[in-house]
Amino acid sequence: MTAKAVSAPSPFIERSDVVSWGRVTRGVQRVARPGFRDELSGLPSHAGDESLLAIGLRRSYGDSCLNRGGALVDMSGLDRFIAFDAATGVLRAEAGVSFSEILRLVVPKGWFPPTTPGTRFVTLGGVVANDVHGKNHHGAGSIGRHVRAFGLLRSDRGELTVTPESDPMLFASTIGGLGLTGVIEWVELQLVKIGGAHLDVEIVPYDNLDAFWPLADESARSFEHTVAWIDCTARGARAGRGIFSRANWIDDGAYDLHDDKSWKRIPLEAPGFALNRFTVGAFNNLYHRVNSAKAGTNRQHYAPFFYPLDAVHDWNRLYGRRGMLQYQCVIPRENQRDAITEMLRVIAASGQASFLAVLKTFGDLPSPGLLSFPRPGATLALDFPFRGETTLNLLARLDAMVREANGALYPAKDGRMSREMFRRSFPRWEQLLKDPALNSDFWTRVAQ
Amino acid sequence: MNIESERIVILGAASAIARATARLWAERGARLVLVGRDQARLSAVAADLVARGAAQADCVALDCASADAGAELAKMVETLGGLDILLLAYGVLGDQTELARDPSAAAALIQTNFTSAAAWCLAAAAIFEKQRAGALLVIGSVAGDRGRRSNFIYGATKGGLARLVEGIAHRLAPLGARAVLIKPGFVDTPMTASITKKGLLWATPEQVAEVIETAAERGGPVVYAPKFWLPIMLIIRHMPAFVFNKLNL
Repeated sequence: MTAKAVSAPSPFIERSDVVSWGRVTRGVQRVARPGFRDELSGLPSHAGDESLLAIGLRRSYGDSCLNRGGALVDMSGLDRFIAFDAATGVLRAEAGVSFSEILRLVVPKGWFPPTTPGTRFVTLGGVVANDVHGKNHHGAGSIGRHVRAFGLLRSDRGELTVTPESDPMLFASTIGGLGLTGVIEWVELQLVKIGGAHLDVEIVPYDNLDAFWPLADESARSFEHTVAWIDCTARGARAGRGIFSRANWIDDGAYDLHDDKSWKRIPLEAPGFALNRFTVGAFNNLYHRVNSAKAGTNRQHYAPFFYPLDAVHDWNRLYGRRGMLQYQCVIPRENQRDAITEMLRVIAASGQASFLAVLKTFGDLPSPGLLSFPRPGATLALDFPFRGETTLNLLARLDAMVREANGALYPAKDGRMSREMFRRSFPRWEQLLKDPALNSDFWTRVAQ
Repeated sequence: MNIESERIVILGAASAIARATARLWAERGARLVLVGRDQARLSAVAADLVARGAAQADCVALDCASADAGAELAKMVETLGGLDILLLAYGVLGDQTELARDPSAAAALIQTNFTSAAAWCLAAAAIFEKQRAGALLVIGSVAGDRGRRSNFIYGATKGGLARLVEGIAHRLAPLGARAVLIKPGFVDTPMTASITKKGLLWATPEQVAEVIETAAERGGPVVYAPKFWLPIMLIIRHMPAFVFNKLNL
């Protein structure tokens, strides 16, 4: 409790239960979990020559939040608000605060994060380090555009307060910088005003990929949030069929909160055979039918709209012991139709696709980070149960198509991209102002 | 300022269980005085509690183990204009082997966990007695229920607190004030960070905080946190010595 223990043991503890969201990479990690910011500066001396990496809630799918070659600093104990101004919507908080906690604080006061990923179990530090995007990218851009300042602890320069003006290059390096430019201690974010906690959500089933593009263009003009779920098992004339959902906030002053206590839990890993060509095909068919029946406009709370999967805690365990790989690419606008048609054809023919496939068009707002993923075009994201070589070969085929179309892959989702794919996706990667004391398994793989 | 907001003093306010409990009280608009040794840490906790809704969160940096409890508490109560709840949440776990070898280390642990804690409890009890209202909440431990070879010095201090709080509760009961001993089992906090195998019996500070929040309002003078420790400790307390002595606890 308050008093210090008689002797001061190393804050790093060996843990084998620290995995990323995809659960493919297993192994022992050395982890420290500080409770206060003043503990951070002492961690490098305990780590010795080993590299460090600050991590949050580990919603990154692959190895960008792991550091088997060094040690991890679990930031989830640094979960304090520093200041919130309900008049201006400026929030400053420690990096380990989750979006779920932020929502509980700011929604009743009429504010919302400027953009949000598909889970609220991400930390403030994590959303900055991955420059996350959401369903409103065409209007809001990535989260980095709304970051006013952050505190960064660097091994070579100490504690810094960084704004876009104070140090533009360090700011751009840290937004989307995968946590490698220093430990993000706190973040100051500009929130957006909402008139209530619900959205008018319109569900539009569409028959094939050709129907998606005009629907996406038209929707982006009059809806703040757009996204499509696609059935990546459908083939032929139905290829790319899906459910388009588009929404705007409702101004009704009803600021109900989400509930984190009503989670359904997946207590165990599913057996590896649970997800196969037949069950996944059946799920996709059912999902398409059920949602087609719901076509039209409904009032929906922000939790089921933005965070449908958060209703089932640990849903990643459905992929079984071997885990899953996620594949998320962005294809520039001029090539998006051809490339995505071809990718969906290859995926459907492979029979390896799963039920979580999402297609969304990005807008033109530039991402502020050196390694930011969002860029004008279309982004496709899919989960694949990990089945070794078969899965890796399929993803390598997709890589070739992405490369051909001058596209890019998303590090937050990746557990296997080649050095070449990384360097083509982020041509300015060598300019990153990396902190020499930090590293990750991902960085070792793609940059060293 | 909301005149109905609860006036609460938390001793050891930077500890994990105290922080989680303070958040629940902050969301209800409480007025808090946070006591601990490290001013910077207390300030970080206070800013968080104010953002979460606390009407007030003052910091008092002092070492509870060596402070003049009566005088310090009187000052805090004067600032708050009365006292509705005092939560005593500081303490040290210590290492049994080291404590058994070094009498001065054992004495220091007893000073922190029992002697100083008793002074704070008695000071608070006197205030509640005068007010004829208020709740003294003290964090004990299941380790105080029966001496075990693995941590009986720590257990003795928590067992001593149990008798003290029991007596204060008995004295306050006719007056309408209360005292409650909260006995957590294994809690995942910095105090226990070096224990890596955390099984089904482990609770989070948030779970314990909910028990404390309820204990401030209603219930008996002894509460286990979480509640499943009640039957477990009932068995452990009543186990015959010839069985108990064979267990490596």
